[in-house]
Amino acid sequence: MSQRTRSERKLAWMLCAPAVLAMLLVTAYPIAYAVVLSLQDVDLRFPEEGGFVGLDNYTAVLTSELWWMDMFNTVFIMLTTVAIELVLGMALALVMYRAIFGRGLVRTAVLIPYGIITVVAAFAWQFAFSPDTGFVNGLPLISDEMDWFGGRFSSFAVIIMAEVWKTTPFMALLLLAGLVTIDRQLYEAAKVDGASAWQRFTKITLPLMKPAILVALLFRSLDAFRVFDTIFVMTRGAQDTESVSILGFNQLISRLNLGLGSAVSVLIFICVFLIALLFVKGLGAKLEEGRPG
Amino acid sequence: MEQRGARDYTLWSIAILLVVMFALIPVLWLVSVSLKTPEAVTDGRFIPADISFDNYKSLFEGGIDESPFIKPLINSIVIALITTVIAITLAAFTAYAIARLEFPGKRVILAGALAIAMFPPISTVGPLFDMWRALGLYDTYLGLIIPYLTFSLPLAIYVLVAFFREIPWELEQAAQVDGATPFQAFTKVIVPLAAPGVFTAAILVFIFCWNDFLFAISLTSSDASRTVPAALAFFTGESSFTQPTGSIAAAAVVVTIPIIVFVLFFQRRIVAGLTAGAVKG
Repeated sequence: MSQRTRSERKLAWMLCAPAVLAMLLVTAYPIAYAVVLSLQDVDLRFPEEGGFVGLDNYTAVLTSELWWMDMFNTVFIMLTTVAIELVLGMALALVMYRAIFGRGLVRTAVLIPYGIITVVAAFAWQFAFSPDTGFVNGLPLISDEMDWFGGRFSSFAVIIMAEVWKTTPFMALLLLAGLVTIDRQLYEAAKVDGASAWQRFTKITLPLMKPAILVALLFRSLDAFRVFDTIFVMTRGAQDTESVSILGFNQLISRLNLGLGSAVSVLIFICVFLIALLFVKGLGAKLEEGRPG
Repeated sequence: MEQRGARDYTLWSIAILLVVMFALIPVLWLVSVSLKTPEAVTDGRFIPADISFDNYKSLFEGGIDESPFIKPLINSIVIALITTVIAITLAAFTAYAIARLEFPGKRVILAGALAIAMFPPISTVGPLFDMWRALGLYDTYLGLIIPYLTFSLPLAIYVLVAFFREIPWELEQAAQVDGATPFQAFTKVIVPLAAPGVFTAAILVFIFCWNDFLFAISLTSSDASRTVPAALAFFTGESSFTQPTGSIAAAAVVVTIPIIVFVLFFQRRIVAGLTAGAVKG
């Protein structure tokens, strides 16, 4: 190894070390610590009790109806928001790509939901749908008496709308980035061969965008699985609308039961890992093409 | 042909109008609620009958000690700014090494950063809560800055690597031929060229910190370090019989202003940053 290569490596490692340490400090160590806590009976309200309890916390979580209901809620919200976002995001990407004018205006408008604080967005939608302060119940076709936050699935409807509003722009921008890499000549050739607009979309656009779509779906699915802020603001989990993240928060911070809460945390971590694995191995998403959002 | 042009024009106008309405109506609704008087807040009108700035005044009433909003606002700004400066500095070093230097471990760092971007923050909340209480970091600025730094670094690194790969590096070699050390070449030649990318990454990191709610409610317990999103969730009315709707709306509008400023002035950059490296071109 030449002197120069060696000094280049040394410089590279020195430059990377602080960021790598900062990233490991708050992820690798805490998740290891969470595993340790999850195997113990740690309840800060009863600090004198405790000790190693093996997998008891996991048994308690996995046999509770609450965990499975929250898991259903989380997966339900994840699948619906991501599906709606994919369709809307694709439409939005096509509008931004093909717009003959007003591109800057559209881009500015869609970046506002992206940038806005999730809690603020949740309040905006809550105020709009709430029966006393809202305007939605005054719209035609909607009952004036509709109590959106009084029922489980009507609450989900508002939660999902707020999530879709907030995150569709990000999905659209990721899809747009995939769209611009497609060679326009392909469309011209297909047109000459008599392909309709729909055929051009399904036979050219979709197959060529598969990598971009998979990466966008992966990032948005993982993000949607962590849903917390919107539910916390709108219902705090009332009407059986809790997500697994809310369950974890309630056990850890509200009830100070670090043992049970850590078991929930570790299980959420495993779920996220499995979702990522499914996309990468099962669907062949190429992660090098991805980016963190 | 001309007819088709006119039809296209109308269709696009409608499409653009729909998109803009979709994006703006919830924001305009917040503005509307924030300008209503307490009596009018339940009237359901989209445009307030009487415009009142009382909700805004009440946010700032009583100065830093009494106001429920000023301290959290200061906390949000200071914490987001400090995190942004540190995150961008560390990420710039790393991104420079990854874009420019040959060394084993490069792919591992990129893959690790990506893994952290997917990491569920709730899984770290319990351990951090316990550790921060033991270390005295609970309810302090540093207690929030550390997790924000961790979770914004992957974003910053990816954006900066994408930008740094586009920089004309011959200039750096030219500087080194002229006798500059690698470090001088970095600070004197590359930093000015990299400034636009660095600025973009900084905006995205700032937005990330500004937005966080989970850590903010889990790792703070008072106005000593509570940021705006957390404070909003704990807002109370003037008495237990009044809903704080108006105050929440006004506070929400105030913290949305910086985002709108960023978006209006830097939309091109933000889009470039968000899609940087999304697809290898």
